[in-house]
Amino acid sequence: MSESPALEIKGLCKSFGSLEVSRNVSLALERGARSALIGPNGAGKTTLVNLMTGVAKPSRGSVSIGGEDVTGLSQAGRVKKGLARTFQINNLFREMTVLENVYLAASEQAGVAGDPWRPAARHRGVFEDVIDALEMLRLTDEANTVVRHLPYGKQRLVEIAIALSLKPKILLLDEPAAGVPSVEVEWLLDVFMGLPKDLSILIIEHDMDIVFKFARKIFVLVQGAMLMSGTPDEIAASDEVQAVYLGRSLEGRER
Amino acid sequence: MDLFLNNVSFLIVDGIAYGMVLFVISIGLAITMGLMRVVNLAHGSFAAFGGYIGIKAVNELGVPFPVGLMIAFSGTFLVSIVLERLLYVHLYKASELKQVLMTVGVILVSIASFNLAFGAQSLPVKLPPYLTGPVDLGFREVPSYRVFLIAVGLAMMIGLWLLLDRTRFGAQIRAAVDNRHMAESMGIDVMRLFTITFALGSGMAGLGGALGAEILPLEPVYAFKHLLTFLIVVSVAGFGNIKAVAVVSLILGVIDTAGRYFVPAYGAFVIYLTMIAILLWRPNGLFSKT
Amino acid sequence: MQPDPISPRARILQALAADPRTRLLHGHRFRAAEALPWILAVVAYFAFDTYLSLGIAVLIAVLFTLSLDLVIGYAGIATLGHATMYGFGAYTAGLVAVHFTREPVTGLFMAMLAGAAMAFVTGRLFLHLRGNTLIMLTLAVVVMLSEVANKATSLTGGEDGLRGVVIDPLFGIYKFDIWGRTRYWYVLVTLFVLFLIARRIAHSSFGFALQGIRENDRRMSAIGSPVPWRLLVIYTIGGAFAGAAGGLLAQSNRFVGLDVFSISTTSTVLIMLVLGGTGRLYGALVGAAIYVMLHHFASAINPFHWMFVVGAVLILTVLFAPAGLFGLIEKLSSPLNRRAR
Repeated sequence: MSESPALEIKGLCKSFGSLEVSRNVSLALERGARSALIGPNGAGKTTLVNLMTGVAKPSRGSVSIGGEDVTGLSQAGRVKKGLARTFQINNLFREMTVLENVYLAASEQAGVAGDPWRPAARHRGVFEDVIDALEMLRLTDEANTVVRHLPYGKQRLVEIAIALSLKPKILLLDEPAAGVPSVEVEWLLDVFMGLPKDLSILIIEHDMDIVFKFARKIFVLVQGAMLMSGTPDEIAASDEVQAVYLGRSLEGRER
Repeated sequence: MDLFLNNVSFLIVDGIAYGMVLFVISIGLAITMGLMRVVNLAHGSFAAFGGYIGIKAVNELGVPFPVGLMIAFSGTFLVSIVLERLLYVHLYKASELKQVLMTVGVILVSIASFNLAFGAQSLPVKLPPYLTGPVDLGFREVPSYRVFLIAVGLAMMIGLWLLLDRTRFGAQIRAAVDNRHMAESMGIDVMRLFTITFALGSGMAGLGGALGAEILPLEPVYAFKHLLTFLIVVSVAGFGNIKAVAVVSLILGVIDTAGRYFVPAYGAFVIYLTMIAILLWRPNGLFSKT
Repeated sequence: MQPDPISPRARILQALAADPRTRLLHGHRFRAAEALPWILAVVAYFAFDTYLSLGIAVLIAVLFTLSLDLVIGYAGIATLGHATMYGFGAYTAGLVAVHFTREPVTGLFMAMLAGAAMAFVTGRLFLHLRGNTLIMLTLAVVVMLSEVANKATSLTGGEDGLRGVVIDPLFGIYKFDIWGRTRYWYVLVTLFVLFLIARRIAHSSFGFALQGIRENDRRMSAIGSPVPWRLLVIYTIGGAFAGAAGGLLAQSNRFVGLDVFSISTTSTVLIMLVLGGTGRLYGALVGAAIYVMLHHFASAINPFHWMFVVGAVLILTVLFAPAGLFGLIEKLSSPLNRRAR
């Protein structure tokens, strides 16, 4: 008996005016997936993430989580179903401390963020979750540092800590290594490897080092359409993929 | 029946004339909001300023009315350049709340200043003889002042259209409204554009204040009193949309005038309700694309 | 069996709890300095007993400004329509006293309900629109209500205002006399209770989530926060508090005038809040108190001069001291605090 995929998109299409940004894209993430989405700049990777998370509405196609259709569900609703994402460009609460940033997410996840009466300090359980997330990303020393004062690479980690504290079933990481000093990328990879085994992870990345070390399955998106998908070996051996990347610089993280 | 038609045609002429005044005053606000994304609640203060200096010149220095209008325009133009460089330049990247606060501050200072300089009573307007009394259009007699308003309003509409559509300056404004960063990277000096546009828009407001001084009397609290009216025109039309502002001003002018005549008990209530309904349906204005 | 007390996680938590910078763990604790304004209020009763009317006006303004702080300061909802709930509360309390019962607490409660209801309805209609459109719509509602109140003369007294608001003795014992003694305590106690509630909300997880929404509402949605609902809740609570302020106004002045729905009122409360400093609750206290007292003494001289000063101070505040008076105080007196707030 096969289980429903943790996250599945079928035939997603999205246009901005006459520009087709996503063309009939389908992919599935099984439980415990370690997948990566790659493609040249402008392929529509972030748009796809927006479609998956509910920030953007598709003109056609469906999104389902754990077999349940969520195409009409809001972003916040999908988070409650276990879908979390990080942003390609840091989207943090810049004037708040690291602790506060993660607390916001953890309290939401724990269902106490709607409680207007109990002082925040009384929710011990939430704080324990926060510390767990901070520990996983080695941010405990910076807990009381205002995010704005952190180096960009550390801010990137806060992005991930926030997503982790949502205790997601599916984690979408949009270029998590972007802006992280190369000496720390190895360590970041360690963190990813240490994440719970049944968590389904999709990484969008340009850094092929991370992609090939981390992913068990790779999806290649070109000009809004899925070119192919396969194991790292298959992708590395594919002439089509080579052609797409040939002559293109893998630097440049602008979109 | 004949009397009714007569009254109706008076109302329409009156309404259109009022609408023209609204247009001349509000167009500056629309452009400021569309181009600089600044909600200048104190826009009425600029209109009042122009009105005061223009009409004062006519009343006390005896200058001809059209010259008074020129004074109103240029005086406000100059003052607004100073204010733009000093104050408004800080609002371009500020939150809406900050914009509200700063411009409310400007309103308060202007009310106090006008009271100090011109007294608390509304300023009487000495219209020149050729603007008092009726004009015979052949099929109807209409007050010449109203005709003058309509004529000036039309002239401004055409002038603005030509400016925006046919000049390089206008093209720059349209580009910057559409996409500011793109315009900057194309070498357009956006800051200078802002200053000139702000001065132009406020100057026209000043002109409108003097022009319409008979319909909208000049008093210290002018800016507060007509704040919502100008905001209605601009928000229902959609920021930065000239043609829409013209259409909305005229319609509002007619509806308001007719409303006061036919259903005085409800006053402006119906207009506000309609504005709310329209904005709930189309938050970016009736004529916007979204 | 006790869980291991020296687990790494517990140690970190202990360290954070010991660190005074950890706002989340300490904010809700009462500090000695917080008693100051209330002590002052009590002392004022005895020391300035000829100025009780002014004192009552200050306390009501504080409550009104406090209600706005919850909405603007904490949730970041930029509104020019807070006078809507204030005026609604005032007229409700007045009408209740004229037509139904003169018992003050009932009238106050009805006023709060009216403010909350008005906030809920307008919030439901408007809050999804932010920015300029919201500012305009909320302003339009205030002006509209001004028109309605003006025309509905049989109900509201129109331009002359709602008169004959007589209030029965509080708890059947304490008369609302002309010197304002009972009134002062009535208003002070109401303010104190509501302030404690506001403080509780501010330091709860909900209050914190509101600040998150204010700082970055897009990210809040991305972490699953039901942003529209949260905003509606705080807007309604703010409406209830504003309604209470209006109700107290009606009951202590025994009169409700059209000016509760004026552009002037709705912008004055905003000014009081900003001058004091948003998002701190105590900023509302300081701003309202100073404004009302200064206004009382200055505008006796010339109301237009007062307007000039307020306008100028407002402009200067926006340019140079955006965190208001309280922000300035914090900056000057905090070698310990490394943060702006």
